[in-house]
Amino acid sequence: MNRATRTLAFLGRLEGFPIAVVLAVLYGAFILSAPEVFSGYRIYMSFFQTVPPMLVAALGLTLVITAGEIDLSFPAVIALSGFVFTWVFRAIHSPVIGFLGAIAAGALVGYVNGFMVARLRVPSIMATLATQFFWYGVTVLLAGGLQINIEDVIATTTHALFVGRLFGVFPVQALWALGLTVFLWFILNRHRFGEAIMFIGDNAEVARVMGINVEATRIWLFTIHGAISAFAGLLLTLEINVFFPTQGQGMLLAAMAAVFIGGTSIAGGQGVLVGTLFGSYVIGSLEAGVVATGIGGYWVQLVEGLVMAASVILNVIMGDEGISALSRTARRWGWRWQEPAIGKPQDQDGA
Amino acid sequence: MAESSQARTSLRMIKIEKYFGSVCALKDINFEVGQNEIVGLIGDNGAGKSTLVKILTGVFPPTSGDLYIADQKVDARSYSVKKAHTLGIETVYQDKSLGEKQAMWRNFFIGRELTYPLGFLKVRAEKQIASDIMINTIGFRGKGIGVDSKASKLSGGERQGVAIGRAMHFEANLIILDEPTVALSLKEVRKVLNFVHKIKEAGKASIYISHNIADVYEISDRFLVIDRGEIVASIEKAKIGLKELDEFLLEYSHGLKDKVQP
Repeated sequence: MNRATRTLAFLGRLEGFPIAVVLAVLYGAFILSAPEVFSGYRIYMSFFQTVPPMLVAALGLTLVITAGEIDLSFPAVIALSGFVFTWVFRAIHSPVIGFLGAIAAGALVGYVNGFMVARLRVPSIMATLATQFFWYGVTVLLAGGLQINIEDVIATTTHALFVGRLFGVFPVQALWALGLTVFLWFILNRHRFGEAIMFIGDNAEVARVMGINVEATRIWLFTIHGAISAFAGLLLTLEINVFFPTQGQGMLLAAMAAVFIGGTSIAGGQGVLVGTLFGSYVIGSLEAGVVATGIGGYWVQLVEGLVMAASVILNVIMGDEGISALSRTARRWGWRWQEPAIGKPQDQDGA
Repeated sequence: MAESSQARTSLRMIKIEKYFGSVCALKDINFEVGQNEIVGLIGDNGAGKSTLVKILTGVFPPTSGDLYIADQKVDARSYSVKKAHTLGIETVYQDKSLGEKQAMWRNFFIGRELTYPLGFLKVRAEKQIASDIMINTIGFRGKGIGVDSKASKLSGGERQGVAIGRAMHFEANLIILDEPTVALSLKEVRKVLNFVHKIKEAGKASIYISHNIADVYEISDRFLVIDRGEIVASIEKAKIGLKELDEFLLEYSHGLKDKVQP
């Protein structure tokens, strides 16, 4: 067995490896083309400040997509939770109750989504498209269409705890996002609930006949994603000390892109949370990075599209089937590559 | 389960009926399966086989009638897939026994995970047992298939073998095989039939549902013929040859035969 292919096959199985490569290459390119910006630490601190809300929402979305569903309503939850927090904070000056209220509001929105999907059997893309309009509408109505400033929240412990600066520079929300990634990884890969999610996304009938309560699991899943999205909204509102009724808009496609370039398939059955972590930083860094290189703002979308396409292609290639297919092709072109271990069981001498 | 090993029957159905709205899917179903008996259930498409299986396995309850498992009466209202599992009834389906993209060790324990108190999986223990079943009960010998392989890497016959091995590991007293050989090559069908023989050798009971009369004939001790929601015949294997059974069914499907009392 060729060592190079073996190493490649091993790395391909490391969770999130392809997208980590993309991130490294991307930052490498930025450092080369805009050294004055990307060789200092400041730009990275700014990413750690801006990316976490989208990353947090994308983590929950990863679980939903793993279960073979989709949730388009989380941007509305980001707005609604921000409103609930600011409203409670202005009314009774309790950031803790505001925080809990916002999470509860998000969970409620998620529960309604889950109920529609699991009990009323509305396809999730239709149900959550409707609820995303509805909850944005509710938020705009309640807020009277106005933004709300809550500058005095900066003095609170809640603010310091969730969006403070470690050693005066490092945004704490990045640690919360990282911690949530680790926690959800264990839930998905090492917990009964996560296993149920994967089997439901793989084949809900199999899950059902094996005794999984498919409906209850789906409702729980949407409820959890609602709560997680509310947390994302809180990080955003706390960071900028202001609620505005359109917050979260624009995060939908970005978060979905982060999930997909991270290696989670729309087909369901498998979720790559580590990939979503790296994917979110790729998506969150692209715009600033491309602008910093000085090639001009008009190029941003084009480059974003290229990087996304490259990432999803890389994920397919580095996947189980991909490497053996690639090495077959390579051999046809005359390269002396051997079949890797995976995908060709008979090459292995006993597992 | 200790008490069920002394039970006379692994399963008894008395006057089971099932209506979907006003449509009658099963009518007056009475039969039993002995404690170490392989029963072949034969019937055309739409005869009511799947409905019967779903009632047996707790996917949905019957409209009326009594169900006895290991001589114990089962309350239809609280009966579920989980309950069926605890009572020792396992099912192997044509195509929905395994999650394709999931590792083998997960497929063995899905729905019945070994967990720590908070619900986190005992991965090492699960893998150890799964590996043990794969090598000792099912007889996978190396060849690149292990507990970390995904189910999609297995051939159709191997998948059914895994499902049967899983059922035997969980101490099933009655294993229901619902069309396990549809869409398999002859070689793979042979593998599945060998697994079914192992069920008999292990002293367990089985209901084998298939279109293929030759398969059913080879492994069954008795045949039940179901037609339009009713059981129309129960024939001991000793009393009928494969050819006669085939002719009987052919005549039946042409409506030439009257109802034979079981």
